[in-house]
Amino acid sequence: MSSIERSERRTAFAFVAPALLWTLAFFLVPFGAMVLLSLAHLEGREIVQAYDLGNYIKIFTDPSLLKGIFVSLEITMTVTVISVLLAWPLAWIIATQVPARYQRLAIMLAVLPFWTSYVVRSYAWALVLGQNGVLMQWLIGIGLLDAPIQIMATRAATIIGFVHFFVMLLTLTIYANLIQLSPNYARAAADLGASGWQTLRLVILPLTLPGIMTGAFLTFVLCIGDYITPQILGGNNELSMPQLIMLQLGRRGDFPMASALSVVLMALVTLAYAATARWLKMDRV
Amino acid sequence: MRALGYIYLVAIFAFIFLPVIVLVLFSFQAGRLPVPPFDGPSLKWYAEVLNDRGLMEALRNSLFVALVSSSIALMLGFLAAQGLARVRLPGSVVMRGLLIAPMTVSYLIIALGLLSLFNGLGFRPSLWATGIGHVVINLPLCFAILFAAMGDHQKNAERAARDLGASELQVVALVTAPMLKPALLAAFFLSITFSWDEFIIAFLLTRFDVTLPVEIWSMLRSGLSPATNAIGSLVFLVSIVILIILELTVFRKSKS
Repeated sequence: MSSIERSERRTAFAFVAPALLWTLAFFLVPFGAMVLLSLAHLEGREIVQAYDLGNYIKIFTDPSLLKGIFVSLEITMTVTVISVLLAWPLAWIIATQVPARYQRLAIMLAVLPFWTSYVVRSYAWALVLGQNGVLMQWLIGIGLLDAPIQIMATRAATIIGFVHFFVMLLTLTIYANLIQLSPNYARAAADLGASGWQTLRLVILPLTLPGIMTGAFLTFVLCIGDYITPQILGGNNELSMPQLIMLQLGRRGDFPMASALSVVLMALVTLAYAATARWLKMDRV
Repeated sequence: MRALGYIYLVAIFAFIFLPVIVLVLFSFQAGRLPVPPFDGPSLKWYAEVLNDRGLMEALRNSLFVALVSSSIALMLGFLAAQGLARVRLPGSVVMRGLLIAPMTVSYLIIALGLLSLFNGLGFRPSLWATGIGHVVINLPLCFAILFAAMGDHQKNAERAARDLGASELQVVALVTAPMLKPALLAAFFLSITFSWDEFIIAFLLTRFDVTLPVEIWSMLRSGLSPATNAIGSLVFLVSIVILIILELTVFRKSKS
């Protein structure tokens, strides 16, 4: 290695070092501190380090905690599937049916509510779905319902709020994927005798798997870790993992248990990553 | 087929816009509850939120945290991208992975980690603690955007500048930064948006001085009110105005 190369490398490393140090000090070290804390216990008001797996054993044996894992997984899976099913046709229609010069506008409109604050968006859904809300009044007005039905403070409300957000996200990732496809794929399929539907199902759909999987993974990560939507819309009838974590922190002050639950949450995300990794093209989105 | 497509488009756009329309419409409600029937229009709730000391204080705090944390994230991300794009360092894949890693971790976990660390060190929750957390979430974003935007084209221009005797600082200020202007602006404004809207880190890492999302959260506790609609609509309006300005200036220019 020449001395010029060596000094180039030293300069380059000096450029990277501040960001690395920041990530180390405020991401890796805190994460380590949290893992250590998850091995401790709350005794009375004191946190006592025990270096054992007591909290984890409790998570998987205490029904109220174990249920949180299933609630979170069920909500997240439902939301991911519904969002993909709603977003794919939207992205496809915008990419293929809307004239090219209106596409950018259509996409910007499709994600416009992104620019409301996240907390406010959940609150707005609470207004829509409430007992006296717009939706119930409308359904009663057109004669579909005699009396309001309860949607707020149920899992359905949480799912509606989440689907609204993630349809926007998935439309972006799938649209980005669709417009990169050469029109020759569809032409070749048609030349070989495929019908429009066959082309869509057997050619276009498989080619959009990277966009679907990238969006689905992002949906999974953001959905399973979100506290706001289930808290505002779902209420306290069944608690998701983030709600359980906040409950440990707040009312109970059980920091070690909150940490252990977070480590489990993190493990679930890692599993989802492993399951989708071969399709992920994060750098393209 | 085409007609069916448009029906679907209208239906799903209705779903996407429904909460926004309800939010904005009932911010003009005259009565005390933001539910039908609509009895406005009235601007009294806007007057109320604009005169609310706590809310305006929170708005300033949010702006402060967003500007400071985004500037730091942009600077660190820019330097790191510059270093890693320039020469092949040993372990550059690991470094890149480490820098991107916080992107795949829930904000709640990042917040809890920082809370454990700060508790251990005896740091009190504050806007600064929140700002540190916001740099953690925005640094990967800035790094990824800038790293993707750096190419051979720019590397050659930098080399030429260096050969002509420019110092390292001159290269960065006079060659690299102007060439990367669209990416720098995009990274900066995205970071501001994320920081401005972030709730859970701010909720766990602030105590007395809070940011806007945390203040709105505590407004929700006292029940439904058109005041919440009004502040929500104002924030939305500001975001849209910034978005339109960006679209008309930065991104239009960068396309041509």
